[in-house]
Amino acid sequence: MSNVLTENKKNSVSLSTEPIVKYLDVKKSFGDTHVLKGINLEIRPGEKIAVIGPSGSGKTTIIRMLMTLEEPTSGDIIVNGKNLWKMEKNGQLVKANEKHIREVRGDIGMVFQHFNLFPHMTILENCMAAPIHVKKENKDEVRERSIKMLERVGLGTKLDFYPSQLSGGQKQRVAMARALVMRPKIMLFDEVTSALDPELVGEVLEVIRDIAENDDMAMVLVTHEMEFALDIADKVLFLDQGVIAEQGTANEVLVDSKNERVQSFLKRFRKA
Amino acid sequence: MIIISAIIEITPQLLRGLGITISVLLASAIIAYIVAFVAGLSRVSNNVILNKATGVYVEVFRGTSLIVQLFWLYYAIPMLFGIQLGSNWWTGVIAIGLNYGAYLSEVVRGSILAVDKGQTEAAIALNMSRYQRMRLIILPQAVRMMLPEFGNYTIQIMKATSLVSLIGMRDILYYGDIMRSTNLSQAPLIYVIVLFIYFILALPFIWLTRKGETIAKKGVVS
Repeated sequence: MSNVLTENKKNSVSLSTEPIVKYLDVKKSFGDTHVLKGINLEIRPGEKIAVIGPSGSGKTTIIRMLMTLEEPTSGDIIVNGKNLWKMEKNGQLVKANEKHIREVRGDIGMVFQHFNLFPHMTILENCMAAPIHVKKENKDEVRERSIKMLERVGLGTKLDFYPSQLSGGQKQRVAMARALVMRPKIMLFDEVTSALDPELVGEVLEVIRDIAENDDMAMVLVTHEMEFALDIADKVLFLDQGVIAEQGTANEVLVDSKNERVQSFLKRFRKA
Repeated sequence: MIIISAIIEITPQLLRGLGITISVLLASAIIAYIVAFVAGLSRVSNNVILNKATGVYVEVFRGTSLIVQLFWLYYAIPMLFGIQLGSNWWTGVIAIGLNYGAYLSEVVRGSILAVDKGQTEAAIALNMSRYQRMRLIILPQAVRMMLPEFGNYTIQIMKATSLVSLIGMRDILYYGDIMRSTNLSQAPLIYVIVLFIYFILALPFIWLTRKGETIAKKGVVS
């Protein structure tokens, strides 16, 4: 871990660029449970952010709200200058309709813990469905791009396989290809290695590293793969009990932090 | 020997009703399927009025007897509203179609809800609209799950067609009843042959249901 921490970030993002995503005092409750108690966060184009913290701290909820899978209880999320969950109607701010939400979330892609591939489609069809039907792109062009993307994640020889014929690691690589073919500007990774057998984790992380190094999209990784996340992240958020308890570069959060909770969390992690 | 010659004599008489039985079966099955999808999709829709109204229809038609519904359409509606639903054939087909449509709509609804939530989430992450999610992702998986139940209910629809003999349609059971009333001693044999004919008619659907089960098993494991 130490070599990771001392290494300076190669491609740190210039702070002068306008954020592509802004969370403004975003809160989320499920019934009486206050999962997020006021999140303020900016994501800049190309920025790689790792979200760490104990389970139940609301890590996943942060990115699920950005993907519109969960609606904030209060606060605003601004994407490309547009309010994700609200729209203007007759001069008033009202709950956004589907059309507005689809317009705003178009630049966001997500990879899930449980892959969520479409079981009734081959892996090539999994990749092609959205660009063709959602973006109305040319089918031949999409096919070519999808094949290239599947080759990139090492599955070029299995184009006509169904998800049920693949291993967990392969499924997750397909899921990443499927998201990438949509050319998102922001990619969200929700504990993408947590459901994998230990020996399959490496191949998935390798793909993520490849994306992080060669693509210029912003990435938010919710993860337990501490070392890996810190290695590729420009910024680390430590989430605890529904608030961002600490944020900064990997060094700032993991070495210099005086925050007690960060310390005890890391202690537990080092033991494990 | 006497039995064999009786069978040879009785069977062709009964088969005069085969056309009606099959035509009522096919027509009411098609109506039931269409109703099932329309009502089933309404039941999962966000539109409260549509959702509740369909709910009332489903519970009323599931909760009351088919034969009473049939009589209601046949006797009561013409008296109350002065309108005929059409011929006896149409009345029978509509009653059976609406009744089984109600049952099948629950199969449609249940199968749609049984598709893993993660599928919807993945489709949202790919920015699909509600309609695209249903058409491209949810329904193709739900339909696979529906197939066995649709087979089962089709067999039931086939058996329910015999009720149209009560509103004067000349189906297989109707001819059986006629022959029994003229020849009481043959009643056991006549009804055995009637049962046998229905069983033969059910065989293709039993086979299709088995086939459906295999397809359903194949299609949904991820």
